[in-house]
Amino acid sequence: MKHIAIGVLGAAAFGFAASAASASTLDDVKAKGFIQCGTNTGLAGFAAPDDKGEWKGIDVDFCRAVAAAVFGDGTKVKFTPLSAKERFTALQSGEVDILSRNTTWTINRDTALGLNFVGVTYYDGQGFMINAKKLPGVNSALQLSGAAVCVQSGTTTELNLADYFKANKMEYNPVVFEKLDEVNAAYDAGRCDVYTTDQSGLYGIRLTLSAPADHVVLPEIISKEPLGPAVRQGDDQWYHIVKWTYFALLQAEELGITQANVDEMKNSDNPEIKRVLGQEADTKIGTDLGVSNDWVVNIVKAVGNYGEMFERNVGSGSPLKIARGINALWTKGGLQYAPPIR
Amino acid sequence: MASQEILREEPSRGSFINDPRVRGIFFQALVLVLLVAGVWWVTHNVIANLTRLHIASGFGFLKGRAGFDISESAIAYSSDSTYFRAILVGFINTVIVAVVGIITATIIGFIVGIGRLSHNWLIRKICTVYVEVFRNIPPLLVIFFWYSGVLAVLPPPRDSINLPFGSFLNQRGFYFPRAMWGEGSWLILVALLLGIAMAWFVARKARQRQMATGQPFPVFWTSIALIVGLPLLAYALSGFPLSFEFPKQSTFNLVGGFQVRPEFLSLYLALSCYTAAFIAEIVRAGIRGVSAGQTEAAAALGLRSGSILRLVVVPQAMRIVIPPLTSQYLNLTKNSSLAIAIGYPDLTATAGTVLNQTGQAVEGVVIMMAVYLALSLITSAVMNVVNARMALVER
Repeated sequence: MKHIAIGVLGAAAFGFAASAASASTLDDVKAKGFIQCGTNTGLAGFAAPDDKGEWKGIDVDFCRAVAAAVFGDGTKVKFTPLSAKERFTALQSGEVDILSRNTTWTINRDTALGLNFVGVTYYDGQGFMINAKKLPGVNSALQLSGAAVCVQSGTTTELNLADYFKANKMEYNPVVFEKLDEVNAAYDAGRCDVYTTDQSGLYGIRLTLSAPADHVVLPEIISKEPLGPAVRQGDDQWYHIVKWTYFALLQAEELGITQANVDEMKNSDNPEIKRVLGQEADTKIGTDLGVSNDWVVNIVKAVGNYGEMFERNVGSGSPLKIARGINALWTKGGLQYAPPIR
Repeated sequence: MASQEILREEPSRGSFINDPRVRGIFFQALVLVLLVAGVWWVTHNVIANLTRLHIASGFGFLKGRAGFDISESAIAYSSDSTYFRAILVGFINTVIVAVVGIITATIIGFIVGIGRLSHNWLIRKICTVYVEVFRNIPPLLVIFFWYSGVLAVLPPPRDSINLPFGSFLNQRGFYFPRAMWGEGSWLILVALLLGIAMAWFVARKARQRQMATGQPFPVFWTSIALIVGLPLLAYALSGFPLSFEFPKQSTFNLVGGFQVRPEFLSLYLALSCYTAAFIAEIVRAGIRGVSAGQTEAAAALGLRSGSILRLVVVPQAMRIVIPPLTSQYLNLTKNSSLAIAIGYPDLTATAGTVLNQTGQAVEGVVIMMAVYLALSLITSAVMNVVNARMALVER
């Protein structure tokens, strides 16, 4: 935290002057040849290095999708693992170009923090996890009065927790750490009775505990946590590129374009598919955005469509086995909806 | 200083450009102008860029509702309190751990430092090992050692270790009965203060009498009797108003009583042990710095070894010890910011959370720097006063 904070002061003093002089994030990114992406330090399903040291997860795949849109190559991205406390400062100071770190979209972050959230890549809600073996009688969050609760500092989770216990007239002892690993270790060691964070996170964290089967996630969801990537304010072009990358992922799923069939689909007779994939004559579908016309092809080739990304990282193809639920497309009763690409 | 005075005596010759006084003033003015310009430029740049990036600035956010809870607070605090109060809670926590840490580190440091000069081989070696171990390990590791290595392996709350007087020890901390002061207990406090005042007065009178007549007076036992006896008397007179609230087992934790959390405990123990190693070396250097002739002369006058240490060696050693001791006290205070690693809500932790919840990074860091600076300056000011009183009075 401290080095980032000092970095901000330093950047405030010297660096900002430089970034003010340069043209835009897109030009900066093209000049350095890769996208600097702020991610979680290690959260299964969202951003975590695998046994080969390669980053896996929805959040990192999203950054790869943006890299594919900009460079036509999903590997041109570097990751900066950030704690919850460091993340906004890192984005504000220009240390990262995109913050894709299971971050909740709130009005305060969109306004006072000078960020622009581009969309919701994962609709989540805050939940509680307990060790059912040690606390056999507990099956509802309303029985948690008096418990010690582990939570990461500087998150909306920390605020929702305070609100929920206050609203239900319950007491608790907060046990607060800055880094996710520290919270996990403290919970695993029994320093606290309850772990609270976004429910998807709880499922991921449970896998990393010493005895995953002993722990249960309680049914209550106490908040709305729309998680999504964010960029700095003041650069509309970059904001649009990141935003439409997200929409392109959804649109591809809606049109049935997958990593496997994207090359065939280029020859499709369906005018909408042709348009989205940049196969229309004299199209400006990508160049108007500041990228190449086949940007959607590049995105899908790099990471697949949204559905593939979801299933691979958190869904049936992953150890987390989270159902699509409200993260399904609007056509299937979910909330994921993209404006038309035309 | 001396060289300036010498220069001043010489009459300035030739052009005023060669006049050292004019030059001196010129360069000092130049540095001042550059400094002011630099500070202005940085401030201006920060403000301009924050505006450009649409980030809210200013200290108005401190009045907002904090919304998060803090595990340890010496003052009334809830999630409805303001951000300012949250930072204040953190500041008080920092002060608490710094003050008790400084006291403990000083006590351990003096014992170990004197122990290193002991004639007993075993004591000397134990103290040497202590100093070398703690002095050569980074403080963060010492904190982790206490937190993860010692306190986290204690049993869970259901299998707490029972200690005497209704106290318990488990991985959630150390629990002991809380004293509940009933009606009329203010009398006990008054009696205690009165006892201390009387003891001080007796000690003064006794010293004056010993100076005048050479007759000693059992000051120590009289003081104990006054300081302990008077409050006890008041306790009995006011009808035994003291009761205890004992910690009890509940669904999750022990409730009631007084809880010392493992975060505080490990930070406090780590800082005390770590800094004590340095203080021990300072104390040893101080005692070694008093020439052996002093001890021999005192012995030749017929003083006993305890009196030699108390009356001759230590007062002189303190003059050497206090200035570097001040640095160690400052180090301990600043090292307390490592608390963030184990989740003790000190100033860095709470101000950091505020910084993150509000996004006011520049303001947050400025507050932290200002508070630590003020804390350090106050510590040095106090130690300078102590040093001035200890310093050799030259006639």
